[in-house]
Amino acid sequence: MQRRKMFTFITLFGISMTLSILIVLAAFYEHIFSASYPEINRDRCLYATLLEEENTKESGMRRGPMSLFYINTYIKTLKTPEKVAYSTVPNTVNTYGNGKKISLFFKYTDPIFWEITQFEFLEGKPYTQRDIDNNESVAIINDETRDDYFGKNVSAIGKTIEINGQYLRVVGVVRGCPITRLVVAADVYMPWHLQKRASVTNELNGNYTAIILAKTPADLPKIQQEYADLVPRIPLSETGGFKPDKLNTSLSSYFDSIVRDMFFGAGGSSARSRFYLFVVVFALLFMSLPAINLVNINISRILERASEIGIRKAFGASAQTLVTQFVIENIILTLFGGMVAILISAVFLWWFNNSNLIAYADLAVNWTVVAVALTLSLVFGLMSGVYPAWRMSRLPAVEALKG
Amino acid sequence: MIHLKNIEKVYRTDTVETLALNNITLQIEKGEFLSIMGPSGCGKSTLLNIMGLLDEPTKGQINLDTQEISDFSDKKLSRFRNQKIGFIFQSYHLINDLPVLDNVELPLLYRDVSSAERRRLAAEALEKVGLANRMKHYPSQLSGGQKQRVAIARAIVGQPEIILADEPTGNLDSAMGNEIMEILENLNRADRTTIVMVTHDENMARRTHRLVRLFDGSLVSSNTFVN
Repeated sequence: MQRRKMFTFITLFGISMTLSILIVLAAFYEHIFSASYPEINRDRCLYATLLEEENTKESGMRRGPMSLFYINTYIKTLKTPEKVAYSTVPNTVNTYGNGKKISLFFKYTDPIFWEITQFEFLEGKPYTQRDIDNNESVAIINDETRDDYFGKNVSAIGKTIEINGQYLRVVGVVRGCPITRLVVAADVYMPWHLQKRASVTNELNGNYTAIILAKTPADLPKIQQEYADLVPRIPLSETGGFKPDKLNTSLSSYFDSIVRDMFFGAGGSSARSRFYLFVVVFALLFMSLPAINLVNINISRILERASEIGIRKAFGASAQTLVTQFVIENIILTLFGGMVAILISAVFLWWFNNSNLIAYADLAVNWTVVAVALTLSLVFGLMSGVYPAWRMSRLPAVEALKG
Repeated sequence: MIHLKNIEKVYRTDTVETLALNNITLQIEKGEFLSIMGPSGCGKSTLLNIMGLLDEPTKGQINLDTQEISDFSDKKLSRFRNQKIGFIFQSYHLINDLPVLDNVELPLLYRDVSSAERRRLAAEALEKVGLANRMKHYPSQLSGGQKQRVAIARAIVGQPEIILADEPTGNLDSAMGNEIMEILENLNRADRTTIVMVTHDENMARRTHRLVRLFDGSLVSSNTFVN
């Protein structure tokens, strides 16, 4: 391997780049979909993120998050869940603090939002139903907003932040989470009653999403069933000239809700299988090029060594010994490629986490993916390296000596 | 030591069948230095390859050191080649990416010999052929004569009973060829190593004990010399 530096380099490059990309993609996948701060209860949560009102006769559709009316009437009244929290989809606002313009994501939530999520309060505490009842103008901000708006590590509790013309007293500072935690991430959180546009209409669509916490993961199907039974009974009314006759909505796991919202819409009941099909096809296409390259390089490497195989056979190497030699060479090469890939990915993820491209990013190497990818590389390496070596080693030595 | 009986070798393609060796019977005694001559393409190298178990005859029987080898497995053939036979090729067949010492060590890699012992034996073999000062060189840094001496060192490092040399002086000038021939003669005299050498050079052949001539795949004559 040391002797054929170019071949070794190309093989190593192919293995390590392919594995690195897989490891990084897997880290992003985990980052987006796995239960992590502050949504550590995702395994017993369902999400209501999308409502689709459909006019099947005229092929019309209205699609988006839900109204507060809808959540209060049809989701909060479900009997099986332990808790239901709601929050608006994040919005952006510009504000001025500490002598500079600051762009912030904000959202409105109910107090239960702080019970279902597990935000770490660095200062203060969550707002409560009492704050809402008393019509208090309060807010919770994350640590980055505190540092930007009030100054680094300056206490923000009791101070005022201006959002959309409203002056809000800061009652809590939480450790922030990356914006990729789509349902819960924001820089500023306010109680829902501060939303300027009052949600008093009976419209079903709005700008809220709900998180439904089950007592145990085993309750999730029951909650989904209770909701599915309810949906056909929800009355639909004409608004703005659009008359829906069908309502598509379901309570889904976080993964399903994100995948469905991104790719397929509320009616897609097989979103998960379609997404996996998409991922598998993509991964196969993505992996096939370096795999073919690896096979090609390995075959060339072995054909180039035909004469050496002949010489070794002439001086006593059996077919088995030669195949063993190539197996060991391939294993070493692949494992080394794997180590390089882990190093490259770890450095990339470290850089990404610290680059602030996504604030609070916490991407990490997934060791299961590393193991699977390494095993696949070994299989490819062995298939492409050992089979031609085995064929060559079966040749009479005199043929191999000819090269 | 080597007994070939009714050896026949036929090369077949889709359209042509070529008889390379035709009914060769040859007995070579232990300690004998035999040369094989004949025009190009008459089957000399094929015969040597069959003797060295590098190629299989189409028909016939091979006995080496009293053992009939036709039903040997690949593993047993490899072990037999490793322990009993050393090869010297006209084009040296050194592994260019390995230094001289590693090339010479090669046969010992397939024996139960420690790394230190391999180094010692390889260095000793290189000393015998006068190349002790070239151990760390690569084949590309050596002259043709030096390469052939490395090939001889590799052939003798495992102290085989038989050395098969395919035109060992074919690529060398007469002075260098003479040096190689002297090394082979010494091996034959001092260690009673059986040597079979294919050559085109009548003078070299006359320095061996016996010369057999091939023509169109058949053995046509055998001359014994008193050396």
